[in-house]
Amino acid sequence: MTSARVSASAEADTRVAVAPRSLRLRVGPTLGCSALLLIAIALGCAIGPISIPPGKAFATVLHSLTGANVGEQLDATEQAILFKIRLPRVALGVLVGGLLAGCGATYQGVFRNPLADPYLLGAASGAGLGAVLAISLGLDASGSPWIPVFAFVGALAAVSLTYAVGASGLGRGTTSLILAGVAVSAFLGAIQTLLLQQNLDQIQQIYSWLLGRLTTVGWGSVLLVLPYAAASLGYMLINRRVLDVMGVGDDEARTLGLNPQRVRVLLVIAASLGTAAAVSASGLIGFVGLVVPHLVRLAFGSSYRSILPLSILAGGALLVLADIAARMVISPGELPIGVVTAFLGAPFFLLILRRSRHE
Amino acid sequence: MTPRFRPFVAIAATLALSLGLAGCGGAAGDPAPTVSSPSASTAGSAEGYPRDVDVNGKAVTLAERPEAIVVLSPSLTETVYGVGAGDQVKAVDSLSNYPEDAATSDLSAFEPNVEAIAAMKPDLVVMSDDMNKSVAALEALEIPVALLPAPADVAGALEQFKKVGELTGHEDEAEALADKVRAQIDAAAEGVEADGMTYYWELGSELYTATSKTFIGSVLGEFKLTNIADKAEGASSGYPQLNAEYVIDADPDLIFLPGGDPAKVKKRAGWDVIRAVKDTDGIVVIDTDIASRWGPRIGDLAEEAAAGIKKVA
Repeated sequence: MTSARVSASAEADTRVAVAPRSLRLRVGPTLGCSALLLIAIALGCAIGPISIPPGKAFATVLHSLTGANVGEQLDATEQAILFKIRLPRVALGVLVGGLLAGCGATYQGVFRNPLADPYLLGAASGAGLGAVLAISLGLDASGSPWIPVFAFVGALAAVSLTYAVGASGLGRGTTSLILAGVAVSAFLGAIQTLLLQQNLDQIQQIYSWLLGRLTTVGWGSVLLVLPYAAASLGYMLINRRVLDVMGVGDDEARTLGLNPQRVRVLLVIAASLGTAAAVSASGLIGFVGLVVPHLVRLAFGSSYRSILPLSILAGGALLVLADIAARMVISPGELPIGVVTAFLGAPFFLLILRRSRHE
Repeated sequence: MTPRFRPFVAIAATLALSLGLAGCGGAAGDPAPTVSSPSASTAGSAEGYPRDVDVNGKAVTLAERPEAIVVLSPSLTETVYGVGAGDQVKAVDSLSNYPEDAATSDLSAFEPNVEAIAAMKPDLVVMSDDMNKSVAALEALEIPVALLPAPADVAGALEQFKKVGELTGHEDEAEALADKVRAQIDAAAEGVEADGMTYYWELGSELYTATSKTFIGSVLGEFKLTNIADKAEGASSGYPQLNAEYVIDADPDLIFLPGGDPAKVKKRAGWDVIRAVKDTDGIVVIDTDIASRWGPRIGDLAEEAAAGIKKVA
């Protein structure tokens, strides 16, 4: 869809954000991305360092739901592995991948900047500082909720700081905000490195957190992220049409009855909340938030009406697939998932980019 | 990966590597009274100097018996005091907390400040990791440096005792110390029936572990235990990060948890089916410092491990 068509259709209804018709999805791409996500989930459940026979798994689920006996069931170890380790991990992958890609798309839309990603406004360094602080205060034991909480607060505090500094500058536009994000990131990163130096005996845990991982402490980690994911993704999805309008410029948006400044703030808050939730659950996973919206844009056109929901579906699928690689490549060892997303994601993205230019 | 956080990752990776090599526990443990504190009567002879000591193929030239030694490694501090050279120590690094009367300073073993070290006018610097090219910097100041890295196994640790004895002029005491520790380990292993039992040694809640090829694996190897991490050997330098599914499926008889909290391990999702978790004594907590150093207290480590294994076997 071209931007001309977008602005034309935007002019048709002045209160763009509320018209239900404007939220209609394109059937083909939505089905395609949903199918991709379902396939990824199925593979994620099926593949792991320990093989779980699908027939037995089916019999176990059926038995616990209906009481019917349809064959041999999983033993206690296999059940623990499937239901308490692997499934929560797949679920977290769907949530975090969806959040990162959705927030990335929103940042790209709000800032009209193709390089924007969920960490643009300092969320990564804020969360990193929070996590390092929690670990250095000795609140690091496994299963304790403090690292996610500190990371979450750190991410939100960093983005707030960026906003306070960037918005008080001269420019009404987005440049000063992005530059403020860079400065805040560098500053918080310096404090984080200093703290790291003081807590070298905790380095392994911090290191593992910085590279990202989807290992969970069971369903608790998933439930912790769920409310924030729902609020963040829900708000962005409902208001995704606004991103198209903002794409044509602040003045045009204003003539369409939007207050670009206010909408931008609200979308940034929603995306930052989502990023903070994702980062607190899984550490710093790069590339997904940057690349998935671009892939979707290349494949299905440039309207955020499509890009946002499709990015969420594709992001979830991509992260679940990347996590399969993370746990299988050096099985029974683990690779940091951030390494997988960047290592596989970057060349793939370059390939797609080259292809799309040739066409 | 975005450029915004790459620098932190790079720094973290470098530092993590250094920790893996140095293996220093920061927490102050309750020191067990294995190493006798040096007294004037144990001072070695000043004969045989000047001497060249071969340290891993490199000659360290000592004009006289060193009397102002700076030690930059908690493990080596324990060894230097263990061979009876405590009186010759000028300063040890900030994490060296054993023996209790060690000459602890604020020198860092991770970020050695060459100027601060040189200001102490040492006649020998003993360290386990060449961080920030400090060996070359110290040698440029004509300060003799002995670089004694973490040994690969128990035999290597005992050899290192003797090397420290040779450097400090306490050859006989070092020899006796090595024999004593060897006997302590043999006595601990005696009567432990652990054939066929498996163990998992947890280095962190992110499921980092050590394989049989590591120093700690070599100590546990004295008990003929099987390490569940050996299947992940090829993927790492002996310290792989394991998948939780794999740990549960491997179903170890013992979980060694240096400085950890068994209650938290028991609460992990899905871990309740593991034998070591079902058994009340299956999770063995070991003092962090003893578990991460290769000084004379490896004898204590063997004794602590043996006590834990006996409760389960």
